[in-house]
Amino acid sequence: MKITKVLFSLLLMGSLFMTGCKPKDADIKTSIEEKMKADPMMAGMTVDVTDGVATITGTCTDEACKTKCEETAKSVKGVKSVVNNCTVPPPPAPVTVNTGDALMQGVMDATKDHPGVKASVNDGVITLTGDITRDQLPKLMMSLNSLKPKKIENKLTIK
Amino acid sequence: MALQEKYKQLIDAANAEGISNLQVKEQDNVLYIDGEASSGSSKDKLWDIYGKLDPDFRAADVVMNVNVAAGAGTKAKVTTDKTNLNIRKGPGTDQPIVGKAAHNSEVTLLSKTNDQWWLVKTDAGEEGYAYAQYLSPE
Repeated sequence: MKITKVLFSLLLMGSLFMTGCKPKDADIKTSIEEKMKADPMMAGMTVDVTDGVATITGTCTDEACKTKCEETAKSVKGVKSVVNNCTVPPPPAPVTVNTGDALMQGVMDATKDHPGVKASVNDGVITLTGDITRDQLPKLMMSLNSLKPKKIENKLTIK
Repeated sequence: MALQEKYKQLIDAANAEGISNLQVKEQDNVLYIDGEASSGSSKDKLWDIYGKLDPDFRAADVVMNVNVAAGAGTKAKVTTDKTNLNIRKGPGTDQPIVGKAAHNSEVTLLSKTNDQWWLVKTDAGEEGYAYAQYLSPE
């Protein structure tokens, strides 16, 4: 009976002592948040801590930011593990440019009324040579730009 | 991002003009500007600014595909330099000519095949494809 009591009180003391030296979830949360606020990259993140498990949510600009969030949370004392729920938005879709026969045909149509202009098309790049008057140039450029080429190299001599 | 700096005035103007579906993307040192202008004067304004920022369009760092929004039934003026506008059987200069629209006359837009070729009807009732660059929606 006595032994049981002693053991029980030891256990109680032990658990109290253990709890005392372990940082509380709320404190962990505050220290992670403080660290994140100091860095504009991570300033907008939300942190939650339950039983030493830190969960980070929010939108990151890139993967580097996501990694940094995780490292920052891990570096705080008392964090057992990190659940990284940061999302990185997909990169914007690449620009669609025309490169094929349709572009070639379009360039022929656009330059038809400008007899001094020679145009070549290579992998979506239109190269203009020859000559044109200054007042005709914008009209030609508008036509060519609406064909969505990769780019237009204007080497025209302006009369 | 350097090109967005260089052409900031152009991008600001595109926003100010209310260009719809405006997309500005930079890729391989070319700035791509796409969208639809509500009027021909909006489009011309943007081209004026572009021409000031890059005189004679020499830098080869912008592709600006901004077209004037126009739906079926819209009247458009034939803005050729002097000559009549060819009305063709199909969308392409290799297509046979089926009619002519006089310089400064009006045609009615039936549909847009693409940004280059529009199916139109002339006042004389001829139907066919005309080169959009010479048509100004009204």
